[in-house]
Amino acid sequence: MSPTFLEVAMYVLIFSSLLCLDRIGRGPTAPDRAISIDTLGTIMIGFCCIMALWPTPTDSPSASPFMDYYMTIAIAWAIISFIGSLALAKYLEGRCYDA
Amino acid sequence: MLETIALWLFGIGLAFDVLGCIGLVRLPDVYNRAQASTKCVTLGTTMILVATGLFGVGGNWPLFIKSILCAVFLLMTAPVGAHAICRSAYVSGVKLADVSVEDAFTQRARTIRAEHRQRAEEIERNLREVEKSEEAEA
Repeated sequence: MSPTFLEVAMYVLIFSSLLCLDRIGRGPTAPDRAISIDTLGTIMIGFCCIMALWPTPTDSPSASPFMDYYMTIAIAWAIISFIGSLALAKYLEGRCYDA
Repeated sequence: MLETIALWLFGIGLAFDVLGCIGLVRLPDVYNRAQASTKCVTLGTTMILVATGLFGVGGNWPLFIKSILCAVFLLMTAPVGAHAICRSAYVSGVKLADVSVEDAFTQRARTIRAEHRQRAEEIERNLREVEKSEEAEA
């Protein structure tokens, strides 16, 4: 994997997370913001994938070519994001706010 | 060969992510936004995960196993979370956009709201009984 491709991928994901942040900022209702936070969490897993493929400095002989502990972070992030969105849904249900 | 497939998967996944987020910004109401963002972003991130796993095939199997595990988990859970949020949004009365043509969930949502109200009244009644008994003790 060439570093240039990874940099472009990073910029693309940064652009999408900025769009998500826009919706979090001006979403007219609370569920809008909840959905955007969920989406942002999913995009963060993509960031973790890019970091897992990022080439490591090779001056130390024992270094692995991949930083694959980032995939562990991605799994943990997926679990926590799922539980968080379920908790948000349960919290929002039955509350009346104006649309 | 495997690397070419992985690069294509990575690129298509990124395109899906961006398109989903554009849908999140441009569509008119919560349900449309949830539809766009959840479907596109889930599929895109799953593709990115699978591509990451393909880079680990032959030599770095832990990366492969973790990526596939994360992809399966994401495919199972992300739609469930978005569905729960949309359902709670409808039950708490977020309106559909003006251009919507059909709404099949009205009746069921009314039932759910009635159940909520019943439960709230029950709790209130119990609280009042507790207050009364405390006053009687005093």
